[in-house]
Amino acid sequence: MSIVTLTSLLFSIGLFGVLTRRDLIAVLASVEIMLGAANIQLIAFAAARGEYGSGQSLALIVLVIAAAEAAVGLALLVALARRSGRTQVEELMEVEG
Amino acid sequence: MDFLAEAPYLAAVVPLGLAVFLFLFGRLLGKASAWVAMLGPLTVLLAGVACAVVVLGGEASAAPAPYVGGMVSSATWDWMVQGTMVITIGYAVDGLSALMLLVVGTVALMVMVFSVGYMADDPGFARYFTLLSLFTASMTGLVIANSLAGIFVAWELVGVCSYLLSGFWYRKPSAANAAMKAFLVTRVGDVGFLLGIAVLWQATGSLDLAEMTAAASGVAAGTIAVASALLFMGAAGKSAQFPLHIWLPDAMEGPTPVSALIHAATMVAAGVFLVARVWPLFEASPGVLQLILVVGVFTAVMAGTAATAQNDIKRVLAYSTISQLGFMFAALGLGAWEIAMFHLTTHAAFKALLFLGSGSVIHGTGTQDMREMGGLFKKMPITAVTWIVGAAALAGIPGLAGFFSKDEILAAGYHEQLWVVVLLWAASLFTAFYITRATMLTFFGRPRGDQHAHESGPTMTIPLVILATLAASAGYLATVVAELLGEEAHALEPPVAIVSATVAIVGVAAAVLFYRSGLKADDRLAGALDPVWRAWEHAYWFDGFVQRVVVRPTVVFATVLYEVVDRFVIDGIVEGTGTASRWFGRGMNAIENGDVQWYAALIGGGVIALLAVSYLIVMQDQLADTISNLGLW
Repeated sequence: MSIVTLTSLLFSIGLFGVLTRRDLIAVLASVEIMLGAANIQLIAFAAARGEYGSGQSLALIVLVIAAAEAAVGLALLVALARRSGRTQVEELMEVEG
Repeated sequence: MDFLAEAPYLAAVVPLGLAVFLFLFGRLLGKASAWVAMLGPLTVLLAGVACAVVVLGGEASAAPAPYVGGMVSSATWDWMVQGTMVITIGYAVDGLSALMLLVVGTVALMVMVFSVGYMADDPGFARYFTLLSLFTASMTGLVIANSLAGIFVAWELVGVCSYLLSGFWYRKPSAANAAMKAFLVTRVGDVGFLLGIAVLWQATGSLDLAEMTAAASGVAAGTIAVASALLFMGAAGKSAQFPLHIWLPDAMEGPTPVSALIHAATMVAAGVFLVARVWPLFEASPGVLQLILVVGVFTAVMAGTAATAQNDIKRVLAYSTISQLGFMFAALGLGAWEIAMFHLTTHAAFKALLFLGSGSVIHGTGTQDMREMGGLFKKMPITAVTWIVGAAALAGIPGLAGFFSKDEILAAGYHEQLWVVVLLWAASLFTAFYITRATMLTFFGRPRGDQHAHESGPTMTIPLVILATLAASAGYLATVVAELLGEEAHALEPPVAIVSATVAIVGVAAAVLFYRSGLKADDRLAGALDPVWRAWEHAYWFDGFVQRVVVRPTVVFATVLYEVVDRFVIDGIVEGTGTASRWFGRGMNAIENGDVQWYAALIGGGVIALLAVSYLIVMQDQLADTISNLGLW
């Protein structure tokens, strides 16, 4: 039960960060927090069911995808920073297409 | 030809096939389409002859009521099957059908031959013959159908053909309006017809004429009376009986041969045929017969007087047709349906002749107004002589067709109800007078107006001569007609016949004496009979009355419906949905602002809302479980 509380808190903190931070780097970091919460949850539930395998491997997959996502996200950020010199959320509102 | 007696449906199928063929290839064929189209009525005529030969030869098998004279051939197919409800369609040719096939075939053939000359320069030549073929097919279908369903379908088809041919010159507003008027007025009657069919279907469980007639004997007399009154409504609409007669004079806007075929000889007689076809129903309803009698006699007198004061030669003939149809309905009302059919036959001959004669005159002079004619006898001798034969037959001059059939009607009235015969004599007097007036104004006296009249070509004069022969001789076919209809022929009744002949001769003589002076006689009569003559000229202003009492309120009602109900209520609802969607869209537009965090927040909020809803549902179930566990449920 305590792990569920921990992950809920982590997820909420991450969501709060995603929704409120204006700096895109902070938003990306918040997304990582939410992914971390999901990962902990996966492993915790797997352990609670007495299984060792599926939950953990799923967590590893999520880690890999999160790394890829972070790479793409940061690359976008770099491109955005080169274009306008800023990495604020408002910059994305100008993006079209 | 025997195969036509075995398969008389060919009489309807062949013209129908020709109509389709001409519809597709008529324009390619050009003038040749007329000769192709003539194969249709030729088949009808030959089928009529073949079937009549079978009936007269006594070779026809026994026929159940309402068929008369013996059954030549019949067949029935299922048409619409809905569970236990089966509507059949088929044909049954008895003596009555054979007679009608002869009438339709003869007149249609004559009219088509005549039209070759009359319509020669019309750009719609092929379309005209396509429609005539379709009409021939529909009319044949009407007379050989063996169920009310089949009759109704054909009934509407001839109505459509009448609409299309009355409005043949559709670029002319008056023709288009007349066609619409004809369609709408007959539709009033057709509503009655359809309701009558529904009543009979409900009461007898069948629309097949024989089954229906057999079952009708077990039905309450009141129901049969209602049904036959409704059927008479349809017949009155088609046959232009008061008060549904107003469409026929206007339908004269169509080409004149069309008037001869549809509005004189065949389609308008369909009402008389219908009553004769289901005669057992009417025979069982004396009250309805009395109504038919009153309507018929009234129409005969009313239209006969109205014809007296018309200046348009075709309108004279139109009112004359209404009047003669009134005679037929009077005969039906007197219970003498076979006499009505006899008059229908002779009338078809001489009225088709008169219409075609007027067509020849109109073709020669380029006008329909008798005030611009006069003295045409020398210029158009064949037309004039044949017209005079037709006019004498209509007037009831002894020895010609009209005399015999009209005399039989009068004799029937003489035996049944005396007032009928007196009024019909009056109508006969007017008949003789108005047709002689038309003859005098058209063919005799000094030529009036600018005219280069000429006799019409052989395609027009030959049908006139043939029809004149028939108009002169059809009266002697009384025994043949009676035998076809399985009835006894009526002998001449000397006292009635003498009075009728006198009435006819007096009417003719009066008109000849009066109209020696040409148009001046009109002025003198108009002066002497002032209000009456004007009433006749305007057919008692009945059109205006209908215009004021029926048409205008309907138009006002429709306008109110359009302006209020349609524009505000219906359009309001329709446009309201559009406006509502637009406002909703504007509202939704506000949340789509490009801010990704706002979107993420909406997604997050949505997930929380879904979770909350599912949680509540789960809670409710648990609550219900708890309550049922408590045993309170």
